Amino acid sequence: MNQMFFGAMPYILLTIAIVGMIWRFTTSRYSWSSQSSQFLENKTLFFGSFPWHYGIITILVGHIIGFFVPSAVLAWNGVPVRLYILELTGLAFGFLALFGLLALIYRRLTNARVKALTSGWDVLILIVLLIQVVTGLGNAIVYRWGSNWYAASAVPWMWSIFKLNPQVDYVANLPLVTKVHIFNAMIFIGLIPFSRLAHFVVVNPYKYLWRPYQVVRWYKRDPRTANVIQYK
Amino acid sequence: MDLRAQLSMSFHMDKCIGCHTCSVSCKNVWTTRRGAEYMWWNNVETKPGAGYPLTWEDQERYRGGWEVSGGSLRLKLLKGPGKIRTLANIFFQPNLPTIDDYYEPFTFDYQNLFNAPAGDDQPVARPKSLITGEFMEKIVLGPNWDDDMGGSPLYASNDPNLKGLSESQKEMLTKFHKLFFFYLPRICNHCLNPACVASCPSGAIYKRGEDGIVLIDQDTCRAWRFCVSACPYKKPYYNWANGKSEKCIFCYPRTETGQANACAHACTGRIRFVGALFYDADRIEDVAKSPDERIVEAMRDIILDPFDPRVIEEARKQGMDDNWIKAAQESPAYNLFKKWRIALPNHPEFRTVPMNFYLPPLSPILHNAKAESGGMFDPESSEFFNSIDKMRVPVRFLANMLSAGNEQLVLESLKKQMAVRMFIRQQRVGDVGDSAVKNALSSVGLTAQDCTDIYRLVSLGTFQERFVIPETHREHQTAVDPRTMYEKRGTVGFGAKNAEFPRRTW
Repeated sequence: MNQMFFGAMPYILLTIAIVGMIWRFTTSRYSWSSQSSQFLENKTLFFGSFPWHYGIITILVGHIIGFFVPSAVLAWNGVPVRLYILELTGLAFGFLALFGLLALIYRRLTNARVKALTSGWDVLILIVLLIQVVTGLGNAIVYRWGSNWYAASAVPWMWSIFKLNPQVDYVANLPLVTKVHIFNAMIFIGLIPFSRLAHFVVVNPYKYLWRPYQVVRWYKRDPRTANVIQYK
Repeated sequence: MDLRAQLSMSFHMDKCIGCHTCSVSCKNVWTTRRGAEYMWWNNVETKPGAGYPLTWEDQERYRGGWEVSGGSLRLKLLKGPGKIRTLANIFFQPNLPTIDDYYEPFTFDYQNLFNAPAGDDQPVARPKSLITGEFMEKIVLGPNWDDDMGGSPLYASNDPNLKGLSESQKEMLTKFHKLFFFYLPRICNHCLNPACVASCPSGAIYKRGEDGIVLIDQDTCRAWRFCVSACPYKKPYYNWANGKSEKCIFCYPRTETGQANACAHACTGRIRFVGALFYDADRIEDVAKSPDERIVEAMRDIILDPFDPRVIEEARKQGMDDNWIKAAQESPAYNLFKKWRIALPNHPEFRTVPMNFYLPPLSPILHNAKAESGGMFDPESSEFFNSIDKMRVPVRFLANMLSAGNEQLVLESLKKQMAVRMFIRQQRVGDVGDSAVKNALSSVGLTAQDCTDIYRLVSLGTFQERFVIPETHREHQTAVDPRTMYEKRGTVGFGAKNAEFPRRTW
């Protein structure tokens, strides 16, 4: 059972994600975005989108840091006060994300205009995200000092996946809530190519910071895009 | 010098009768799709009025356009930390208008008129939302909701251009005898310093080098909607159904082949002129940074004289076809804006360097002070020419709209138009007097030839004189699209590479 969920499924879902993303990007680049509905409703969205994104991005960055430098996290946690600061900060951002997510779900269920634009995929990812955030918070509260054991159990397991040598033992004995959290995260990754989640796999907004303001395209000079005007 | 060409449209506001034929022909060609119902790439507003979307000119609210900050040019939207603010607000945009600032698109339940069961009451067609498909209690806004409501305290008094008007001038809005209003037809200005392009985090919006048309690449657009907020004219529209922004494309599939834009072609008042301009792209930033009172002059300055041999040589060096040089020399835009100086840009103080120009309205020539007694000027008196500032439409109002508050430029244009009328009236009726005409012409700096030319263009202009649109010889660059025009209706013009109009599946 563990072997299937944490040994085989990661590969299946990662393959789906990568192949799916390539497939969607090449065949339907047009749809590679999250279809914004702020234009139709912007009051509840403010209380949903802002807390959700800032909360979840902070949490995600925390997970990524733990993934790449687990030893640094363990070293930081060596002093209890620092451990408390880290855990409480994480918990605060987790609740921020939960609050935003609940506002987004409420908005999608109650606003007639937004509902008219809601697809089955949107509902599915909201469910997946809710499971993810609730189990994440459950882990943090019930099985305390997750930042420590995350670095000691889930991280080595993830590395073993990427090294093509899955060591299921690392996660086999984790509590059920944690297992749901991990498995649900893989479902989430597998859903990226098939839903609005595609919107966070983008590079252009970061390029915006360095690009000149104006963009000019010449179809005579160069069939490809060329930035010509430079403001300093 | 970095010479570039720009297609530009000019509008003779005197002749606009507010019939909306332009808007309807534009809609029929381009925006009859789901999600695009509310878009009016071309719209005609009654001024004074709240406009479309409501109070679009109020940049305190929408933060569109540019501002000069510390000697450099910055998007108003990026107040504070600069470009990083775009990324910080990418999840929720505080300055974005919502559909309620435009209107909820609707249709009527016409079938009920046929299918209603027999009864005592006349069946009615109730309004139905095109977004939710549900019946609407009441339609509260629509396209041109304040059409012809120049005196309405609900709409007209919200016009941001009324800023700086005296109390007695504002009072005119509510006095039937003194009431004034006119029409402002608007399309995208295809600016030289477009704020929409500068705000797009995806880099999807671009200005075409060859003709200056600003377009949105639909495959690259990621629905961040910053263009809608950043454009001070609110001319990019967000398609809520497919999650892409769209805007006026200057009918480029038509202009590329030398045909007039759908709006201009359909105009019954023949108020529109389309022509090419040459400008110096190196100086765009300087123009955009000019102080308000000089910005229109700076814009005129950047437009290059197409008869100047050095300009012609430069144009050839840029690989421009001869038909473009010829078109620039015959361009009504050049004549109206630069040569005769009678056309003005709309809200140049937004600093996007807009490339559509308006002849401020002179008609009806009504005297404000004489409003109670019919209000006409006496064409045989000298007052006819010298008291233009006593016209019913306050010059201040026009200056707020067309010259960044510079009243002299509006007066210059109005006086020139008046001088042309006197000149022609003397020719035809002969009751003005040769000396009066001569004085009028010399005081505004027009020659008899200028007057004849202006009269010819704005009153008699044929199709070929009003629309001098050079072909772009696109046939050298792209394969021919095999679809018929009917199949392409509502589909081409967005830079989408798919043959079919793309539909979202998720």
